[in-house]
This record gives sequence, C-alpha cells and structure tokens, in this order.
Amino acid sequence: MARPPLLIPRPEGLYCPAGDFFIDPTRPVPRALVTHGHSDHARAGHGAVLATAETLDIMAIRYGDDFTQSRQVAGDPIRIGEVTVSFHPAGHVLGSAQIAVEGQGQRIVVSGDYARVPTPTCAPFQPVPCDIFVTEATFALPVFRHPPPEAEIARLLSSVQANPDRAHLIGAYALGKAQRVIAAIRQAGWDAPIYIHGALQRLCDYHMARGIDLGDLRPATAGRKADFAGAIVIAPPSAFAATWAQRFPDPVIAFASGWMQVRARARQRGVELPLVISDHVDWPNLTATIDELNPAEVWITHGREDALMRWCDLTQRTAKPLHLVGYEDEAE
Amino acid sequence: MSLTAFATLLERLAFTPQRLGKERLLAAAFAGQPDPERGLMLAALTGDLKLRQVTPSLLRGLTEARVDPVLFAASYDFVGDLAETIALIWPEGTRSDPPLSEVVHELSTTPKARLPALIAARLDSLGPSERYAYLKLATGALRVGVSARLARSAFAGWAGLPLTEIEEIWHALSPPYTELFAWAAGASRPEAAARAPFRPVMLSTPTDLDQLSALDPADFAAEWKWDGIRVQAVVEAGTRRLYSRTGEDIGAAFPDVLALMDFEGVLDGELLVRRGDGIAPFGELQQRLNRKTVTPAMLRSHPAGLRLYDVLIWQGQDLRDRPYDARRAVLAGAVAGLDPRIDLSPQLEFSSWDDLAALRAAPPLAVIEGVMLKRRDSPYLAGRVRGPWFKWKRDPFLIDAVLMYAQRGHGKRSGYYSDFTFGVWNGDELVPVGKAYFGFTDEELKELDRFVRNNTVDRFGSVRAVARTRVVEVAFEGLNRSTRHKSGVAMRFPRINRIRPDKPASEADHLATLQAMLDRAPGEVDEG
Repeated sequence: MARPPLLIPRPEGLYCPAGDFFIDPTRPVPRALVTHGHSDHARAGHGAVLATAETLDIMAIRYGDDFTQSRQVAGDPIRIGEVTVSFHPAGHVLGSAQIAVEGQGQRIVVSGDYARVPTPTCAPFQPVPCDIFVTEATFALPVFRHPPPEAEIARLLSSVQANPDRAHLIGAYALGKAQRVIAAIRQAGWDAPIYIHGALQRLCDYHMARGIDLGDLRPATAGRKADFAGAIVIAPPSAFAATWAQRFPDPVIAFASGWMQVRARARQRGVELPLVISDHVDWPNLTATIDELNPAEVWITHGREDALMRWCDLTQRTAKPLHLVGYEDEAE
Repeated sequence: MSLTAFATLLERLAFTPQRLGKERLLAAAFAGQPDPERGLMLAALTGDLKLRQVTPSLLRGLTEARVDPVLFAASYDFVGDLAETIALIWPEGTRSDPPLSEVVHELSTTPKARLPALIAARLDSLGPSERYAYLKLATGALRVGVSARLARSAFAGWAGLPLTEIEEIWHALSPPYTELFAWAAGASRPEAAARAPFRPVMLSTPTDLDQLSALDPADFAAEWKWDGIRVQAVVEAGTRRLYSRTGEDIGAAFPDVLALMDFEGVLDGELLVRRGDGIAPFGELQQRLNRKTVTPAMLRSHPAGLRLYDVLIWQGQDLRDRPYDARRAVLAGAVAGLDPRIDLSPQLEFSSWDDLAALRAAPPLAVIEGVMLKRRDSPYLAGRVRGPWFKWKRDPFLIDAVLMYAQRGHGKRSGYYSDFTFGVWNGDELVPVGKAYFGFTDEELKELDRFVRNNTVDRFGSVRAVARTRVVEVAFEGLNRSTRHKSGVAMRFPRINRIRPDKPASEADHLATLQAMLDRAPGEVDEG
C-alpha cells in the first residue's frame, strides 16, 4: 500500500499526516508550525505552536501572551512523529523561516514568504537543497523586477529635499516592511528622527531589543503641524484613510510595496511617491531560486500561480499549484 | 536633456496631483535644460512632435520575439498598459542614456522598414523607466496628466511672458522652439510667419446686477451668451483655419464649417451644432470634439455652423482698433454674403438693466447660458481685460441631492473625503447623477468628512458608500443627455453649494425634475 504524501493541502493549510501538524494553518488546529509573524500565516488560537523565538515573540506582541496553549522554540532539528523538521532563515521579516520536513526518504522545504534582497532587519535567505520546494508566487510575473532598495530610498530623500515644507508619509506594513524601510533610510545616511504611527511602536521596539538599530524613532502623535515639515513619517497605509493623516502639512503620500512598480496600482491608491520596496522575491529572484535549488518538483502556494506554472513548463520542471486559500498578496 | 531626465520628469508629472506642482516641475526643466532638448520636451507634452507613429502591433511583435507570449499576455493583463508592460518586461541589457534630441531625430527620420530594428536596439540599451518614456514618445501618447495648454501655461509662467501672446504665435512655431526660448531670455518676439495664424481672443469678466447698476446701459450692446465652443475662423490667402479660443487648430474635426468659410478675414464667434433654424445643446457639439476625423454620418446627424460675435480683420484690413459698433457694422455686411449656417449673433434690445435682467431670466432657448455685454466704444483687446466685455451668466441650476459615495482627496486634502457622488430619487430608488469635489468651504469639508466617517456602510477600495441620509444642494451650469450614466443625464460643472442638514433625504429632488430641465433634444445622444 502506498504511503500518504509527506504534505497534503487541506482547507486549514498544508498538513503533514506523518507528523500530524499543519504549516501556517489559516484556522485553529491542535498543532501548528509557523513560518513567520504576518497575520495571514500566524493566527491565534492553536493548541501548540512551533516557530522561531522571534516569531513566537511577535505573535505574543500582536495577539497577547495567550495566543496559543503551548509553544516551542525552533532550534535544532526536531523529530515530530515520523518526520524531522528544521527551520532555516527566509529573509522575509524578522524571525521568518523556511520549514524543511524530512521523512520517507524525501525532503520538502516550505519557504513561506521569502526575499533575497539583504536587509539588516533579518537573517538572509538560506538555500536548502530539497526534493520538493514549496514557493510563494506573489510577484510571479516577468514584469516584476524590483529595483535596488537603495535607488528607491535615494528617490525618497531627494523628494524630501525638494519639498522642505511638506511631510513625507510612507505607508508600510507594521511588521517587517516598516523596519526594512527605516533601516534602508538609516543606511542611506539619514540620521534625523523618523516619526512613526502608534501601530508600529511595539514592533519597532522589539526590533531594537533584538539589536537591530533603527535610530531615533519618535511617535508621530506629538507636535504641531508645522513641526512635521520636511519630516519622514511611517505608518500603516490604512492610517492614510483616517483623520490621523490630517495632522501633517500638505503631505506627500508615499507607499513602500512591490506593487508600486505598476503605475495604475499607485494611482488607484492616490500615491504621489511610489517606492518599489518589497519583502518578497521578484521574478528574477524567484526563478533564480528555483534554478539554484533545482528541486524535482515545485509546489506553488499563493499569488500568480498560472505564470509560474507556465515558466516551470517552459523550463521542463514539474510543478503544481496548491490552491491554498487565506494567504494575502503582499500585505498592506 | 537626457532620456533619463525626461523619463524622471514624466514619472513625477504623472504622480503629482496638483496643477501647481506640475507647473513647478516643468519650470525647473525649462530652466535647467539646454536647447534643443527643452524645446523637444515641450513639444512632446503639447503633442507637436510629429514622429512616425509606432503601432501597438509592431511593439507586440518585437516583445513576443523576446518574451514568452503567454507570460507577456498575463503581464499585460495585470499591468493594463502596453508601453508600461513592455518597459517592465523587456530583458535587461546594457544601459545608455542618449539625449532626447537624438532619440527624437532617429524616430522621425528612420524609414518605416527599419523602425522595428531601431526600436528593439534602443530598448536593449535602456533601463525600465527610460524604456517607458521612449515607448510613450514613440507611440505619441504621453498621458501624464499634462494638457498642451498646461504645458504652454507653465512655459508662460516660467518665462514671464503673456500666455495669450504665446498662443497667438504658437502655431507659427515648430519644435524645438528655439526662438521661443530666446524670447524668454530677452530676445525679440518671434514673428507669426505661418499662414492664417491665430490671434489672441478677447475675453469677458463676470458681472452681476449690483456691479452693472454703476454703469450706463446706453454705453453697452447686449447679446445672448451661446453655449457652444468659442472659435476664431481665419481665412487668409486661401488658407482656412478654425481655432479654439486657446489657439488649438480644431479644423480637422469640422470640415463642414471650413467648407462654409467663403471669405477673407478673421472672425470671432461660437461653434454650434445647427439644424435648420434650431441650435442643439452643448452635449451634441461635444460628440464632434476631440475627434481626429469625422464620419459622413456624423456630419449629417450633427451639422455644425457658426454664430458670429465680432470681426478682427476683414479683407486685409485690421479692425481691432476700431470701436465695437463700427466692427459690428462691418460684420453685419460680411455675414450677408455667407451661407446661412454662418450668421450673426442677434443683439438684444434693452433700455435699462432691469429690462436686460428680465431677458436673462427667460431666454428663448436652453442653449443660451446668459447674456454678454460689450462696450460700444471698446477696441478688440487681447485677453481678459476687465471693463469692456462682461458676461452675465444665468443663475446656476440648483437641486437637492442625497450623498451616496465619497472618495479621498490628494495633497492638501489628504486624509479628507472630498470627492462626493450624489443621487436623486427615481421612484423609491436613489440614482447617482453626478460627482462634485469643490464648492464647499473648508469648514463644510470637515463637516462632510465627519459625516462620511461616521456613516460609512460599505467600502470599495478607496471609495466609501455612506448612509443615504445627508442632503446637499448641488449647483450646476447645464445638463446633457447621457447614455453613459444610468440616470440618463450628465451635469456640467456640478459643485456642492451648501449642506442641507435640515432636510430629510426623502425630500431630495426626483429624476423627473432633472429630465424636465433637459432640452427637447432631437433624439438620443450616443456617447460612443
């Protein structure tokens, strides 16, 4: 009798029958392995969670200390049922990991979301040889070739210089993107205070506590309108719809996202300064990663599966879409 | 100007929402770039670069030779703009940064058969932003939110020269406009050497009964203000041209009018769709605007003609210094010999301002949008001079409508819901009839913003649907039939006149009220 596959897609997420656990389940399950702290991958209410120390901390910050009944920090490879699992950096956000599942003479790597552009805010992606590579496909179209982040930050800083009377409001997701942007601004030599929305405070504090220097961060709540002239302010994009944005002088609305490469996307959002800064792999990095790992099979979790399927087809690779539901495009 | 600098400018123009911001960007480019680069940039924005038109199918073919057609199609589907898709998807090669002039020159001189190879070679040696600018240039449609007029007005502002004079000579000049930039730098004004050039038109300023009461009615002639397109019809040495009041040559869209222009001179009038004695509402004239060519069917169904206000030059004689009454006498004689589809705008008889107020209150046709007053002794002056000519527009139409949707604004209005869609009753259902984003005071904007936030019932992207409880008084200048809008009507210049918290939504106006305001137009208008 044939053994069941090592991992199978279920409505809750990817399931491992031999170890009786789910990876990044989108609903509460008895045992979850979590790749990273973004809310569509890390949800509250599981019986047990195995994740990196940073991901567990981030989940506690976001959901409260009782986000799960029991937790375990991923360190050395762990035996679960009939399989061995290990965690490897994914380069996406602080604490993000790929999860390798090994058993029945086969190794599957579930990448979660990943990026290959280096950032001081998290450990770089580590290529792990495998038989099956489970990849995201958020930016899996050949039009997505993200420029180097330094070039985007240079555009931001020249806009700040050209508009000394205006505040620059940068929309960036609270976990990962915000810190990636702040760190890149610091690397460019900007050492003035950066103002942050309240929703970013605890996550930025946590990064600092983990030794990631984000420089002088101040709450964007205090101060008069004129005080923010020439300032850089970072906030979750949802804040731009709120009365919160009214406190800044004639703000330049910027948005840091891989989607900003498409003009229509930027215009729809009313963005004046689109910054193409992403924490996902773009097309060249995605296809190069598959080439580098050269797995026997590619499984695709979410995004533009059809285009990546086509590329695999053209390069004679075996691939299949998993049609997992519940994961979002690069979050806002 | 390097192609990179041009690409950066296009990008910033496209994402800068305010007009003032765009003008600033353009001024910086005029100041910072040398000839002939800045002139070519200006020509690219005004649509005056006559390059070989590169077709979308040529570009598609080039791309499919380099990129898998399925992936290309999927990408185009996602991006939605052909030039942008190709700019992003084209394989990276070496990077060069040619001057704009070099690129323009080769695009305008390369024979058609060698164009594909030329374009491919260029795309191979440019970065993505430059590829985008290059393709927009090659296809002839920049779409960066800058009209030809805005570009000229930015030039005038930067050069410190009157826009009217620039518009007068514009059509006599050609890219790269070196004489124009020399004029800006202090040289003498370039001569309008073109045949049948445009002359700056005389414009009026608004007035009302209060201001008029200080003036003597006997000093003024009055006529209706016709709601068409103000034009200048020029015939000189056999060359016939029809210009808009900003100096755009719109003759190609109106061959029927050009055919009627059997005279020698420069006439000022209103372009209107005319059927027999009737004059169609503005909406019908709109069908014929912005078209490069006009179909025979359109010429038959929407015949155009002129109604004349004034004469600038007649049979070689410049009359602009002569008083209005004298010009008007020449005009009356001139019209007598022309086809009846060119006629004289009749003068109104009145002896007091109250007489005129009564005429204005009850115009015989809905296509009349008020009265014009012209000082009998005034010469024909360029531009909007206060005093000799007044427009006394009819009062705006007012309706009470219910707020339905709101969208966030830009720039100084960031964070405020400032674009409002409103509707009126049709039976027991509300139908949207228009969108307004001005008319209110800053205080009223805050009040509306608060209302939207506290009464949101649904969200679609940046749009919020609100509870249908708030009535606003909407003012607008006219109403067109529309097949594009569910309500069947389209407002002109709608704005929010005031908020009516005192009025329950059930007492807002009904669609029937709007329909009654429509002209009895001969047949439905197809907006294509």
